[in-house]
Parts: sequence; structure tokens; C-alpha cells
Amino acid sequence: MSAFTPPPLPSEDKRWKIVNGTMRKSGYARHALIETLHTVQSSFGFLDDDAIRFVANSLRVPLSQAYGVATFYHYFTLKPPGKHTVTVCAGTACYIKGADKLIATAEKRLAIKQGQTTPNGEISLMTARCVGACSRAPVVLCDGEVVGEMTGELMLEQLERWTVE
Amino acid sequence: MTIEELEQIAKSVQQESAKYDYEVNVCMDLACASQGAGALKDALVKTAEASGKKVLVRRTGCMGPCSHGPLVRVDPEETLYHHVKADKAEAIVDGLGGSPAPDFQCDLNDHFDKQVRVVLENAGYIDPEKIDDYIARDGYKALLTVLNEMTPNGVVHRITESGLRGRGGGGYPTGLKWGTVAKAKGDVKYVVCNGDEGDPGAFMDRSVMEGDPHRVIEGMAIAAYAVGASKGFIYVRAEYPVAVSRLTTALREARRHGLLGNNICNTPFNFDVEIRLGAGAFVCGEETALIASIEGKRGTPKPRPPYPASSGLWGKPTLINNVETYANIAPIVRNGGKWFFNMGSERSKGTKVFALTGKITNTGLVEVPMGIKLREIIEVIGGGVPGGHKFKAVQTGGPSGGCIPEEMLDVGVSYDALLKMGSIMGSGGMIVMDDTSCMVNVARFFIEFCMTESCGKCIPCRAGTAQMYTLLTRICTGTGTMDDLALLESLCSTVKETSLCGLGQTAPNPVLSTLKYFRNEYMEHIVHKRCPAGVCNMETAVEVVA
Repeated sequence: MSAFTPPPLPSEDKRWKIVNGTMRKSGYARHALIETLHTVQSSFGFLDDDAIRFVANSLRVPLSQAYGVATFYHYFTLKPPGKHTVTVCAGTACYIKGADKLIATAEKRLAIKQGQTTPNGEISLMTARCVGACSRAPVVLCDGEVVGEMTGELMLEQLERWTVE
Repeated sequence: MTIEELEQIAKSVQQESAKYDYEVNVCMDLACASQGAGALKDALVKTAEASGKKVLVRRTGCMGPCSHGPLVRVDPEETLYHHVKADKAEAIVDGLGGSPAPDFQCDLNDHFDKQVRVVLENAGYIDPEKIDDYIARDGYKALLTVLNEMTPNGVVHRITESGLRGRGGGGYPTGLKWGTVAKAKGDVKYVVCNGDEGDPGAFMDRSVMEGDPHRVIEGMAIAAYAVGASKGFIYVRAEYPVAVSRLTTALREARRHGLLGNNICNTPFNFDVEIRLGAGAFVCGEETALIASIEGKRGTPKPRPPYPASSGLWGKPTLINNVETYANIAPIVRNGGKWFFNMGSERSKGTKVFALTGKITNTGLVEVPMGIKLREIIEVIGGGVPGGHKFKAVQTGGPSGGCIPEEMLDVGVSYDALLKMGSIMGSGGMIVMDDTSCMVNVARFFIEFCMTESCGKCIPCRAGTAQMYTLLTRICTGTGTMDDLALLESLCSTVKETSLCGLGQTAPNPVLSTLKYFRNEYMEHIVHKRCPAGVCNMETAVEVVA
């Protein structure tokens, strides 16, 4: 078997070294694809074409498979997130307690649909499939921080604070 | 590590805690943490230091009644305080040794009396990041006993004897599964823990992984010894970052103590565990899809057989169990199969952890013996429906389960009874709905979930759920007809009978169970164009999903 040389890093950006580290830890094994994409997303915030290409080449995975995995799993996003992210949990318990109304309120206030980012790149509105804090439903994640028993007014206040910044 | 060394650690923990007069345990699980438990703990540490009393402040996993959070329990008196904010730290510390501060003391005896804690026995009593705390409560004793005194066959026998059934929802007998993997031929075998708790409305596995991670690792190690595996994987949702970090810490600690790795406890047994992150796909809870995901591929299921027990991860014999199943293993080994067998109902043994949520007074985690009546869980433990509203239904089993009406509440909880009622045990989500919930809308919510989560591999599930969603949307918007209802019913049976995996086969359950028990609500929507609960907006245009 000929020795495999992984491709050079796409740029000087130090974050590629972190990505490379994840792959090296598994010996550039093909099954490290999902782990590596997780590292890319946590370092860069999203997966772009260059990143998927780089990871696929490094792990010797067909581009189609890498793209397939990146688009199959909801957790991965191919679009850059906004400066702030408000994630409304749409699990069953939250839905029963009015998560759909929270989503509608946020959509109206931000004039975007769920899954989108405001044109100025400030705020992203996302939904989640249950974050496991069901006992405090309805739950909203404001920049990753869990806020339980959310109301429309409280959420609008939070959005207002972000807009003023 | 030997039994003596374990006992030595347990003893030193006891000596350490003997230095303190009081232990103040602060619940730091997600629900309490989101209400300021972190600041509360800091305040308690500071006040305790200033008071000069000998107080140990400890962070713990979930104590159970999350709606009363943040929770604090003071030992040895076992006084429970609820809704404790950081400014109450002084009152709690002042109350130590005297009379407890009454205005936020919490009386939840009804809530706790009916519960039996096996899986959650340590929840609220140990610091999840301290292996010594776990060892002090008999942790890893079962593993050492197994390695030194039992044969792999003996372990399988004990699990079979206990009558334990898979806690992921299917209820397959655990002993039988272990026996099959143990007998499977192959030099390499794997043990996998399914921590991909994708059911919206369920968070038991998260709480176990976050609050008592070593229990899961110990269960997996015992399983590995029984089936002859030396490598394990824990597949955890990426949405649970705390669980991932707790498990990482726990694995590191276990390795440091020689409880994982090569020649564990000076025996020829080698075993180590790796964490794999999910990426938000509900279908990955299905075992063959989960295996594909660990292999770094898209999580699409495969037809069975071959079952993972003979050909799983990378084609090798693989044992897959749910988090809660593994969490039951150590107590069964310690106390014997008979002990477990004597709990529960005729064909469902032991206890089950439920995540009680929705329109109910005491939301949170509860652990009850199998066979307990649903009514007891909801009215006594859960404290009933708040706000003067009337109970309508309880939903179990997530998107694969069904809605159970009031008249069925006197049935005892077991795998078979729930199945008979058109629902399933599932992983343990229990969502209570009152008269403000529209059952047609709830059915539509679940079908929408299954539609977006369908992996797309087989047509009945991919196209069937989309069509069902369109029909339900029509009914919910007042444009549905009786023909739509007939078509919906026939689609239910097609999707149920012809889908490839559990996701599709059970996707119609929420529709079927609501049709069975709440058909009048469907009729109101179709015939009178009226939503009895006032949820559905009857004017909106129909969204057509291709």
C-alpha cells in the first residue's frame, strides 16, 4: 500500500489546523467524516464548499458522499449564521405550550422565515427538534443559552436588545 | 484496581464527607441551570464559607421535579427547597442546624412516595464529574464482581433471569440479545450505546448521561465482557453538549483508574469506549441507521436480517442497547436477577423512567415500577393538570406513539398494555395534553415531524408521510372532506405495513390513535369546519406538499 499524503491546508487560517487535528487523531479514517464536519462547523460556524472538498479529499471519501452527509444531517448548515442566533425549540412539549406562536412572532418581527438570517447578517432564526429541556417548555435558545418558559414579549425584548447593539 | 481499592476509595469519600456537618446538594441539570442554579451554587459556597459552618456544597444531576427548580436538598435532614434563587443562599445556610427556612421548603411527598429509583438512584446524590462519588455509592463494584467471579455466560444468564427488556422502546428481551451476540462468531465484536434520544419530549437519557455517566460506562463494560467485545461506542446527539462533556470526563477518569483500557483489574479483559456525535437525524435512533452514522455515512436504515447481532458495525457482531438499558445493568448484577424480576408487572419487569411534560403541574423526571396506573403517574406524581383545565390525553412514545384518552388511564403501564392501546412505551416521553390541545393538530404535528425526518430511502415513508401531511393540513384548515379522511386511513395502513424501518412503520400511530379515540374532533373539522379546541385556523389556504 502506498503511503497517503493528505492535501495541504486550504489557507493560513489556524482553524484548519484544528480540523486537521480531528482527522489525524483517527488516522484519516473514512469513518471520521461526521466528526470532522462537526469540527469544521464548530470552528467556522458552517460548512462551505471549500471545507467539504478539503475534508473529502483528506479522508479519501467521494465528494458525493461528503456532500450527502453534510446535507442529510440537520445539525450541519451550509449557510453562515448571523451574529446572533435565536433557536426556538419545536419539540412536542414546546409545541403543546405554544412554540408555533413564538416562531410566528419572531418571523413577523424579523421579517424572515425560520432557517433564515436577516439581510444585515445580524440575527438568525432557527428551530430545533427538542433540546431536552422539555420540563421548562416552551424553550428558546438565545445564542445557545437555554431560556425556559419563554413568552412572546420576553423574546421580542431579547431581539430588541440585539438590534440595538 | 481491585475490590479492596474500590472500598478504600469509598471509605476516603466517607471520611471526607464526615468532616462536614451538612451537605447542600444543588441540582445543576439543564432545567435548573437555566433558572440560575449556577449563580445559586456560587452564592451558597460563599455564604457557607463566611458562616463558619462545616458545609459541603455539591452540584448534582437532575433531582426530578424540574418545574420546582432550581432545587436544593440539604442532607442529612433531606430537606428539599424549591424555586431557590441566589439571594436565598443566606436563608438556607442560616437554617442549617436550626429550623429549615419554611417559605421555600417544598413538600412533594406524594410526588416521591410512589416512585422507585433504580436507574436514578444516584441522581441528586453525586457530582457527575467525580468518579469517587460514584464509587462511594457502590459504583464499579458490579464490574469488578463480574470480572473476578462470573463467566460471560453467567452474566448473560443473570440478565436473562432479571427479565429486563430494552428501554429504547421496542422492549426486546435484553438477555436474549446479549446471548445472541455472545454466540455470534467473530474475533471482533462491538458494543454500542444508543444515546440518540431523538424523540421530541423525552430527556431521560440526557439526564442519565449528564447526571450519572459512569453508570452507563459500567453497564457497557459488563455487556462487553458478557458478549466478548473489546470496543464500545456511545452515540450521543450533538444537541446535548453537556452530556458529551460529562461522558468525556467520565471516560478519562475511568481510564485513569484502570476501569477501562487493557487488562482491566488485572484480568485479560480489554475494553475502551469512544464517543460518536450524532448530527440531528431522528432516524439514527434506528439501529441500522445508527450503525451507518457511526461509520461516517448518511444515516439510512438497512433491511433486517441480517441483524446487528450477527452483522453490525463494519460487518461485525454488534450489541446495541439504549442508555437506560445499560443504566439498569449494574444494579441487576449487584442485587441479582431475582430482585429485578420481582419488580414490575407480569411481562414488563423493573422500573421505567418517564419524562413527564406538557400541561401538568409537576413536570420533570420520574421513575416508577412497571405496572403502575397511568392515572397515578398523572394525577398523584404529576399533580394533575393545572389552571382549571380538563385532562384530554397523554401522549407516549413520541412520533411513534399514540395519544391515550382519559378512559384508558386505569391501565397499568407495560410494553404490552401500551401497544394494545395503540401507543408504544417508546423511550419514555410522556406529554400531557389538556382541553386547549387539538388532537388533529397534534397528529399533524407528528406527521410533519416524520415527514421531515424520513430519510427518503423507501417510498411508503417518504411519499406516504408527505401525503398524510397534506391531507391532515386540509382537515386542519377546514377544507378536508370525508374522502380525504378515508384516504388518510388507507394511507395509514399502507405506510405502516410497507415501510422499511421503525420510523415509517410507526409514523401513522399518532394519526391512528387519535382517529380511534378522538374521531369526533376529526368530524368537527370536516363536517362543521370547526376546531373544538380553537387551535386550528380555519381560514388559511392549503399548503400543498408535493
